[in-house]
This record gives sequence, structure tokens and C-alpha cells, in this order.
Amino acid sequence: MSMSRDEIKEKVIDITCDQLKVSRDQVKNESAFVEDLGADSLDIAELVMEFEDEFDLEIPENEQGIRTVNAAVDFIYGKVNG
Amino acid sequence: MRGKTAVITGGARGIGESIAKLLAKMGANIIIWDVLEDQARATADAIARNHGVKTLGAAADVTREASVEAALDAAVKEFGGIDILVNNAGVTRDGLLIRMKEEDWDLVLSINLKGVWICTKAVARVMLKARKGSIVNIASVVGVMGNAGQANYSASKAGVIGLTKTSAREFAARGVRVNAVAPGFIRTAMTDKLSDEQRGRLQSMIPLGELGTPDDVADAVAFLASDRARYITGQTINIDGGMVM
Ligand SMILES: NC(=O)c1ccc[n+]([C@@H]2O[C@H](COP(=O)([O-])OP(=O)(O)OC[C@H]3O[C@@H](n4cnc5c(N)ncnc54)[C@H](O)[C@@H]3O)[C@@H](O)[C@H]2O)c1
Repeated sequence: MSMSRDEIKEKVIDITCDQLKVSRDQVKNESAFVEDLGADSLDIAELVMEFEDEFDLEIPENEQGIRTVNAAVDFIYGKVNG
Repeated sequence: MRGKTAVITGGARGIGESIAKLLAKMGANIIIWDVLEDQARATADAIARNHGVKTLGAAADVTREASVEAALDAAVKEFGGIDILVNNAGVTRDGLLIRMKEEDWDLVLSINLKGVWICTKAVARVMLKARKGSIVNIASVVGVMGNAGQANYSASKAGVIGLTKTSAREFAARGVRVNAVAPGFIRTAMTDKLSDEQRGRLQSMIPLGELGTPDDVADAVAFLASDRARYITGQTINIDGGMVM
């Protein structure tokens, strides 16, 4: 399954809004899930599981790289098209 | 309870069946997961007939994540969501510790403790998303006070009490409550086999002077599962006629 970076970004933002109960205009490329969007550790765990389901991939338990929306998109893009 | 959906593991018979019946009487739709598939179906069908609620009896082995995931998918498809989970499936394989076989240790820990974690993990995802739900785990007083001949069982039930507290802490921010009940000696097929002398010895240990019934357990489970217990989480209630105080 190959996907463009924009398609991935759209879905990541959808999932982020849904999970963190934030509105679309609050979510910027550089938004950090915890610092900017108010996620707690359980939110992060649920977010990661939603990404795994949506993109059919596995994100390692200790993946520290996914701090921001951009980083999540990059990580998923690399996995999906790698 | 009306309109809510409850999953009861090991609900085909025994205490789990009593819990399923009481929740149905209070208006909840009932899903029974059990390794005894035919009996799970029969119990679920009888409850639907007698209480006019929607029910489903399905095969699920709580020790196998894939089996529980499949049963959960079917349940969510059919009922939309899950409001209540009662982790009731449990077994005993008694023997003195120094004679206990490794397979008896592993089996009891696997069903009684790992099974609670597997079902909690699966169903919690649905509850966390819905931002509501109540989980009730069936422990045992033996997990609190120990019992000669039940090293595996008492360890598994003490484990359930710890697991209850941790899941309560992890899920509290999402409005999902987790509690446990710890039954003492309850009149079931198991205790019916005791001799008069054995029963007399048991009763002398119980301040209220008699064995409990499955309905005594069901009443406490129904309370914890309901919104009346909205401010209670992480607790274990002993239902034992006062054996442990
Ligand atoms: N009977 C008592 O005095 C007593 C006391 C304290 C606690 N408890 C606890 O109450 C619960 C119910 O006990 P009960 O006396 O009704 O026993 P029971 O044997 O009548 O019922 C247990 C049910 O669990 C099911 N089960 C077993 N392994 C399973 C698995 N891997 N996956 C799914 N289902 C499985 C069985 O098929 C059965 O229907 C248990 O957790 C038990 O430890 C019982």
C-alpha cells in the first residue's frame, strides 16, 4: 500500500482531532501532542494504537520519535513506503 | 442498567450465570464468553427468554488474545459497545505447594490472572474510547488470606486484586472504573460435595455462620457495575460473611 505524504498527514490529523478532542485549526505541523495538544500518556498509547490500525503497521513500544504531528507523519510515511 | 451491554466471562454456569441473570433482570443486554460454547448459548438463550433482553453466548478462551479479540469484534458489531465487563472465568487445581505440578500452576495463573489482563486489555479499548465503563473482577478471599493447598489459586487471585488497582489508576481519567469482589465460601457444585463435618468446620470460620450464595456475589457485582458506584474505583469488596475483616 503506497500513500502520499499528504494523504497520511490528513489521516494523522483526523485521528489526532478525534482522539485528543481538539479542533482542526489547533493542529499544526509542528504541534507536539503532549505540550501543545494536551495529550496524557494514555492518549499517546491510544493514538499510537489508532495509527497502527489505520496504517496497518507496528510502532515499537518505546518509539520516542513521534512527538509532533510532523514526526508522526514522517515516521508513518517511512514505514508505509519503505 | 437498561440499554447497557455487559460481558460476563465464564458466564455459562455457576456464579457467572447468576451475575448474568441479575444484570439481565436489571435490564442489561448480556454477552457470555465461555469455553463451554453450547452451555454459553443455552444460558444466553434462557436469559433472553426470561428477561426480554438481547443476549449472545459465544465461544471465547480468555487465555488466548486472538480468541477474545474475535469475540469482541462480534460483540461490538452486534451490540454497538460494551458498558460492563465482569471477569469471572476461573478454575482451581488444588494441591500442597511442594507436590504441585508446574502445569497446574501455569493453568490456574493463565486462566485466572492472565485471562483477566487479556479481556481487560481488549474491552478497555472500547470503553476508553467511549469514555465510560465499569469492570468488575472476581477475586477470592483466598487471595487476601491465603489457603493451604491453593498456592496457585491464591497467587492468581492476589494478582487479580493488584491488577484491579493498576487498571483503576490507568483508566480513571477516562471515567472507566475497575473494582473487584472477593467471595468467601460460596454454595456451588464445588461446595455441595463437602461432607457435613467439612461444612461444619467451614461454617465455624464464618462470623455470619453460613456459606454465601451465588446471588450474594451477584448483588455486589451489580452494584459495582452500576452508576450507583460511580465514585468507587480500585476497591475490593469481600463477600465472605465476615471471614476477613
Ligand atoms: N465457588 C466459590 O466458592 C468461589 C469462591 C471465590 C471465588 N470464586 C470465583 O468465582 C468465579 C466463578 O466460579 P464458579 O464457582 O462459578 O466456577 P464454575 O466452574 O462453575 O464456573 C467457571 C466458568 O468459567 C469457565 N471457564 C473456565 N476456563 C475458561 C477459559 N479459559 N475461558 C473462558 N471461560 C472459562 C468455565 O467453563 C465455567 O463456565 C471464579 O473466578 C472463581 O475463582 C468462586
